[in-house]
Amino acid sequence: MTLHDMPRRGPADPRLDGIIKLAILAVGGQGGGVLTSWIEDLARANGYAAQATSVAGVAQRTGATVYYIEMAPHRAGDPVPVFSLMPAAGDVDIMITAEMMEAGRAILRGFVTPDRTTLITSTHRALAVSEKMVPGDGIASSDEVRAAAEIAARRFIAADFDRLAIANGSVISASLFGALAGAGVLPFPREAFEQAISAGGKGVEGSLRAFDAAFDVAGRPETEAAATAPAPQVPRVAGPARLMADWDRLAARVSALPAPVTELALPGLRKVVEFQDLSYGGEYLDRLDKVRAADDAAKGWALTREAAKYIANAMAYDDIIRVADLKTRGRRFARIAREMRVREGNVLQVTEFFHPRAQEVVGMFPAGLGARMEADPKWMGRLTRWFDRGRRLRTDSLSSFLMLHVVGGLRFWRRRTLRHVHEQAHLAAWLEGALAEAGRNYELSVEMIRCRRLIKGYSDTHVRGQSKFDKVLAATARIAARDDAADWCRRLREAALKDEEGKALDGAIRTIESFAG
Amino acid sequence: MAERSFKAEVEHLRKGDGDTFTGEGILALTKALLENGVGYVGGYQGAPISHLMDVLADAEELLSELGVRFEANANEAAAAAMLAASVHYPIRGAVTFKGSVGVNVASDALANLASSGVNGGALVIVGEDYGEGSSIMQERSHAFAMKSQFWLLDPRPNLPSITKAVKDGFELSEASNTPVMLMVRIRSCHVTGSFDTRDNQRPKLTVREALSNPQSDFARVVLPPMSFAHEQDKIRNRWPAAERFIRERGLNEVFGPREAPVGLVLQGGMYNGVIRALQRLGLADIWGNSQVPLYVLNVTYPLVASEFHDFCAGKDQVLVIEEGQPEFIEQQLSTFLYRAGSSVRLRGKDILPMAGEYTGQVMLDALSAFLKEAAPDMLPATVRAPNEDRPEIPDLSKTVPIRPPGFCTGCPERPIFAAMKLVQKETGKLQISADIGCHLFAALPPFEIGGATMGYGLGPAANAAFDGGGERRPVAIIGDGGFWHNGLSSSFTNMAFNKSDGVAVIVDNFYSAATGGQDVMSSRADNPTKATKHPITKALKGIGIDWVRQVDRTYDVGRMRDVLREALTTDVPGPKVIVASSECMLNRQRREKPLMQKAIKEGRRVEAPRFGVDEDVCTGDHACIRLSGCPSLSLKRLDDPLRDDPVASIDQSCVGCGNCGEVADAAVLCPSFYRADVVHNPTAWETRLAAFRGRVIGWLQSRRAARRLTFGDAA
Repeated sequence: MTLHDMPRRGPADPRLDGIIKLAILAVGGQGGGVLTSWIEDLARANGYAAQATSVAGVAQRTGATVYYIEMAPHRAGDPVPVFSLMPAAGDVDIMITAEMMEAGRAILRGFVTPDRTTLITSTHRALAVSEKMVPGDGIASSDEVRAAAEIAARRFIAADFDRLAIANGSVISASLFGALAGAGVLPFPREAFEQAISAGGKGVEGSLRAFDAAFDVAGRPETEAAATAPAPQVPRVAGPARLMADWDRLAARVSALPAPVTELALPGLRKVVEFQDLSYGGEYLDRLDKVRAADDAAKGWALTREAAKYIANAMAYDDIIRVADLKTRGRRFARIAREMRVREGNVLQVTEFFHPRAQEVVGMFPAGLGARMEADPKWMGRLTRWFDRGRRLRTDSLSSFLMLHVVGGLRFWRRRTLRHVHEQAHLAAWLEGALAEAGRNYELSVEMIRCRRLIKGYSDTHVRGQSKFDKVLAATARIAARDDAADWCRRLREAALKDEEGKALDGAIRTIESFAG
Repeated sequence: MAERSFKAEVEHLRKGDGDTFTGEGILALTKALLENGVGYVGGYQGAPISHLMDVLADAEELLSELGVRFEANANEAAAAAMLAASVHYPIRGAVTFKGSVGVNVASDALANLASSGVNGGALVIVGEDYGEGSSIMQERSHAFAMKSQFWLLDPRPNLPSITKAVKDGFELSEASNTPVMLMVRIRSCHVTGSFDTRDNQRPKLTVREALSNPQSDFARVVLPPMSFAHEQDKIRNRWPAAERFIRERGLNEVFGPREAPVGLVLQGGMYNGVIRALQRLGLADIWGNSQVPLYVLNVTYPLVASEFHDFCAGKDQVLVIEEGQPEFIEQQLSTFLYRAGSSVRLRGKDILPMAGEYTGQVMLDALSAFLKEAAPDMLPATVRAPNEDRPEIPDLSKTVPIRPPGFCTGCPERPIFAAMKLVQKETGKLQISADIGCHLFAALPPFEIGGATMGYGLGPAANAAFDGGGERRPVAIIGDGGFWHNGLSSSFTNMAFNKSDGVAVIVDNFYSAATGGQDVMSSRADNPTKATKHPITKALKGIGIDWVRQVDRTYDVGRMRDVLREALTTDVPGPKVIVASSECMLNRQRREKPLMQKAIKEGRRVEAPRFGVDEDVCTGDHACIRLSGCPSLSLKRLDDPLRDDPVASIDQSCVGCGNCGEVADAAVLCPSFYRADVVHNPTAWETRLAAFRGRVIGWLQSRRAARRLTFGDAA
């Protein structure tokens, strides 16, 4: 064996001996490797010994990835410090996270501690698959992470460094490097950081711009950055004078509603008028009046408020006419050109993906005829053969645009269609059912109104939504007499939004069956 | 064509006496091979040693200058078999692959090699894929060294130690006529640092020269009676020679004071972690000067009893720090002490966890627990009785979602599994087995396809029990990497020979994509030193599989679904094989993006496709995401009080692969998706046509807008 004799030194405290420990948590593909090598090069170029490690491999394919750097002052010829190869809980000075939930993960893993850690994070979200795939809202709470970070970190620097980078034509590694410099936690001047970027030699200009922007943001308190968020826009109404006069009358009816209701009734009115016409808007308000008559001011008009939202959604159902109308509007074309960053001299081509089924086609027929055909498998078979296939339409070409434009203009026809009759009947049944409970169990009535949320999507998805809706209401009906019926109705709805197949919902229904007998 | 080019790094391999190399551990290893006169190198890619193979591939020019043969072996077994050249010839050879899975595949050749014994130094560099970031089952390559009696090096994880281990390894191998395995962990492979380089050495005998003077020795063949002689030779001669060499050359190291009541025995790879824990306990300084004696095993097999007893002399207790299980080292050291009738108390896995990576926290907890018990006087008061007052940090374990690896943006495998999910909606759940490679991500949400993987190239073989067929056919998935690694022989000839009724899908993304884009037989690229462009379908025909369908654009979800359905329902007997080919998007983008930017700058016509979602058409059901999981297809919350659920949204990173539109069509989802093709530098005719169309469309739009109420920004 080799015996190493080294001069005895006194008990050492690494915190005094000045190893700086810096960890980076990123999502694969975010350029964590580039950021790591900049930091490493920066340290070495400024008289420090540095060591970086990473855990590459499959995690690079969109998984959570850790990079780790240690550095300490070093003179050429001196022995090299012994650095660790991985971050340890409670022993990290600087934690950089390239995404908000990764900040949460860093805290969870104990890499952020109040005695020492400066946490620099980008607040943007790269949603995990588990968050995206739930049929409802599965997005994890950034606020919870933020609250934890305020406690866990000695210093907490947070901003949307991803947006900052993109705005400057660069990627997040550059803006995070800027934030690291701006935070002033490494003993190197700003120029040294910029030098590291320049020495890297790739996309230097964009990187420096993003670096610069992030440097400023990291150096200044977060409230300022938040203040620049745009104020919500109040949509402007415009149109021919005759229509405007009618609109103003309807808008006046909305204003006469209790304040909590108006808040939702105005966008609701806009939605149904935009969907069909002003007289449809009048029907919407008539329905709301009916709900209001059954409502109670003492309950804060909760029932009418929820009804204002969900009746509007139910009335503005998604039929072919609506989709064609939305797809052919001028403001849509402008939005796409903006989002796709179409520049002067470019040409924009837009392809739509339609796949109408026999059900949608028959839904456009007059109600009587449509109903007969819908009941006749032979006809449905024919329609399937004729129509049921994927259609790709180039809405920038005249023929396709015209076709959709014409379909989008069929609003005058809509009220006669089979689909409309179906939707009206469904709406009426739902609303009546919910209102019937209002006197007996007000909360249950509100929850039943809210169940409309379950109906969404097109074709199969729509059918599945309908069936979940029916299941929830049927299960609710079984226990409607119980005091906790409202709570059960809410639970059923939430369960229905958890997964596609409705496993959670079926489980909840089984529970109800167990005690409802 | 590898994911990353190492042309720049290759220049570092030319450094000589007096220079300093600064970079990654894996590159340092490569340099060390050349400094030690290696005559041939080979291996099979896989994290964490893929870069070693990539660098060697990019360094062919330098290698041929030095007379070194580089072979990108078909698999680990082929790589290990190549070391046969060192059995008879005094040529140093090195091969590399990942452990423990690569060692599993190589074990046949390694066992034969170890039995025969070697003349030239034979080094097996194993990247031990254990702990965080690992993609394989958690096992130890250590067991292979023990069962076949070759020696195992586990150097301290810094560049000077790792490169020295290459030199020591070759010499140990030659001194004991035994192959040597050099183990480097994931982090050691990617650790950066510096070491002083030496001049590269030409091999004393090149493989070309050896061919001119062939040798053979009957005594080296593993056949009775020589195989019995080999076993005796291992025990009587090779093992003692190795022990002598290890002791005389000081391969293991001792740090810290001579006299102390306790000591630590550790694998070399654990050294930095142990030092960090000691630093945090106030028992070591930043240079690693420890107040506790350390016996660092840079050689973890064989263990040298006399050396261990020397270290233990005068100590009450020693703690063995050995990562992984079973605790082979600890058991061996216990035996040493017991046989010697020693009173030294041996601690190890009674304090340290039996399983799992030895992280900073594990190390700190274990060392403080050990020292508190065995030598409390050594610890500072703050450690003995911590007086911590930490604020309670909110628990985020329910908040933070897991983020396993998945298919990249635009991955050509996504539409294959979207199609498979659609087929399963028709047929019901199918029996699906998978292989090794990116396609295994399909086992995770949102696809949840395939429940088992039995190894590289073994996907269809793993369905062999179901080859006889049943009500529904079994489906196996395998990548092109797995196909050429071992799949052709182990899986497909197995299927063909047994007249399997099953379906196999070969995911062909043009090269071994998961390991970094190394070429395989069916690669589409021109490779000056390798034979590429051999279609998989041809190989299948060659072994008598006739029902073969080639899909050249996996993004065509409808076609993929139809082909799968056909395979599952056709009356044709025998294996049904689908080859689904589209290039790995990660690599393709790396190559094409710069070319596209350049073309746009130069004024050439370029179509840049990207997908979008009409947020007022999207109802927020997320059915599209359940058939995709693409990183660029995400969600966004609308500023609309009438909407409860976030809607789908596609960000800038979309590469326009087409999956979203195809899925929306094939699964009849919704009309929310659109594809926008921005044409850069359009032709004059295109511009004129677009302007004309724009005028007509604009006129129609404003005409309708003028007759209705409009809300929001001006129409």
